[in-house]
Amino acid sequence: MNRIHQKLQEDKKILSIYFTAGYPSLNDTVKIIQDLEKNGVDMIEIGLPFSDPLADGPTIQASSTQALKNGMTTSLLFQQLKDIRESVSIPLILMGYFNPVLQYGVEEFCKKCQEIGIDGLILPDLPLDVYQEDYETIFKKYGLVNVFLITPQTSDARIRQIDAASDGFIYMVSSASVTGSQDGFGNNQETYFERIADMKLKNPQVVGFGINNSETFLQATKQAKGAIIGSAFIKFLTQHGVDKIGDFVKGIRK
Amino acid sequence: MNYNVDEKGYYGEFGGAFIPEMLYPNVENLRQQYLKIMAEPSFKKEFDQLLKDYVGRPSPLYFAKRLSEKYNTKVYLKREDLNHTGAHKVNNTIGQILMAKRLGKSRIIAETGAGQHGVATATVCALMGMECIVYMGEIDIARQAPNVARMKMLGAKVRPAKSGSRTLKDATNEAIRDWINNPVDTHYIIGSAIGPHPYPDMVTRFQSIISEEIKWQLKEKEGRENPDYVVACIGGGSNAAGTFYHFLHEKEVGIIAVEAAGLGVDSGESAATSVLGKMGIIHGCKTLLMQTTDGQITEPYSISAGLDYPGVGPMHAHLYKTGRAEFIAVTDDEAMQAGMVLSKLEGIIPAIESSHAFAILETRKFQPEDVVVFNLSGRGDKDLDTYIKYFKL
Repeated sequence: MNRIHQKLQEDKKILSIYFTAGYPSLNDTVKIIQDLEKNGVDMIEIGLPFSDPLADGPTIQASSTQALKNGMTTSLLFQQLKDIRESVSIPLILMGYFNPVLQYGVEEFCKKCQEIGIDGLILPDLPLDVYQEDYETIFKKYGLVNVFLITPQTSDARIRQIDAASDGFIYMVSSASVTGSQDGFGNNQETYFERIADMKLKNPQVVGFGINNSETFLQATKQAKGAIIGSAFIKFLTQHGVDKIGDFVKGIRK
Repeated sequence: MNYNVDEKGYYGEFGGAFIPEMLYPNVENLRQQYLKIMAEPSFKKEFDQLLKDYVGRPSPLYFAKRLSEKYNTKVYLKREDLNHTGAHKVNNTIGQILMAKRLGKSRIIAETGAGQHGVATATVCALMGMECIVYMGEIDIARQAPNVARMKMLGAKVRPAKSGSRTLKDATNEAIRDWINNPVDTHYIIGSAIGPHPYPDMVTRFQSIISEEIKWQLKEKEGRENPDYVVACIGGGSNAAGTFYHFLHEKEVGIIAVEAAGLGVDSGESAATSVLGKMGIIHGCKTLLMQTTDGQITEPYSISAGLDYPGVGPMHAHLYKTGRAEFIAVTDDEAMQAGMVLSKLEGIIPAIESSHAFAILETRKFQPEDVVVFNLSGRGDKDLDTYIKYFKL
């Protein structure tokens, strides 16, 4: 059983953190992962930086640009992570855009992920139909959970389709927005969270986009299994560097 | 061989819709509706009427006598430069604004590089009384001030793209982000034959009026519908797509696409995507694009702001890969000289984009009896500054 499945079976709300690999400094990757786990984070999305992150807001864009300037590449990230399973046991997911994966070679990429102990992938611009037709077999061969996104605009029929194609969790985008572009949740989100909860999907949902403090974390996880924080954590790293990661996590899970 | 899009949105191995789920409802709705809407008699009527009365179509097919003498072949110019707003771009924006209205959208967004597509979009939004937001790279805003002013006069808001390289590709990213943030009321008018399916096909169909007219115009002048060659410059490839469309399956017609080599294909400052590009994904489609071995998209260069896109439309990638089209790369210098030749011999100052197409006459030999149709995609007014600096006028 994959670490993601195990984690989702635990009787608790999942706190998942996203960060961009190679930011703030090129070699911060391992330290950030270790500190997040040490401070009780349940799951980590490691962002593979891309030159044109079209679903991301200014914060993650800027961190990606900086990470690339710092010299981050797919191969270097794999190298940094090669011994990560000696010190870290929570689920690790690679998140990025499809082109760098395609250039690395999808099968090579997946193989490398398995060697390292990566549990899943989130590639927002790899669409469901292409995944199913061309890549599902490869992902599964290397034991990788592929995570799909849904949004408030996704139709019920499409959600059912995505639920059927998923085997892990569904990444529930909280609102019609790119990453990091809103504060707090309103009535629209409440309605949407309830609508999804009422659908009784087979996969648990983890909410992302717009979660930046303990209050939004609680709101997001009232119905959903967990929540993902990205931009707010990147902002924290920009302001405080990598030495106070515990403070950030404590601020979320009071 | 089929050169049109297939039912799944591909041209051979190129195309598709590699979009995040946030864009899926809008793109899928468009995919389901666009052919139906375009086939509606009321749509066709309104589209044709506007092209005639507002844009000034048909654009002339002009026999360039002096150019023909100089190069010892029969050169025809398709005069898209005479369209309202000065380029072929308006054919597409007229079509898409009518599409947006029928899709029930009230807010329009667009990306622009040099500003031609931005102006063409702002124009049709003014015409239809719709809100218009144009994303433009911060660097392009600085170097294309007259077009920024035009868009503002036409009532559009011009928003700077401040991320990445702050040029066309980043403006496109910003427009896509806007669409993610505004999924209900907004239609995104993409200006080139790029983007997720159905955009490349939709844009190509709106631009295909160019080759449709060439056919009957050439019949009148030469007694035959098919020229020996059609030639167009290519960045993303919308004018080329329109120029080639009705000839794609006419085997006797040679298709020539002219890319911007910038300072030279191997100089590191180039936009010759067919030579320098590799298969990858940019702005929602699988195509040839300039990128690092690690899959990061790189910044192209050309003296012409309309040709410096790091990718090429998927239809063109397919035409290149199958050998259906001949691709020629032309440097800044060659293009500038060709622009001067056309000005002096025919009294037409072309856009620098279009100048690239004419430059092949210096090197690519045609037979005296060959009929070669060049798409003169835009006029040179917008490029006067560049011409002045280059030739120290």
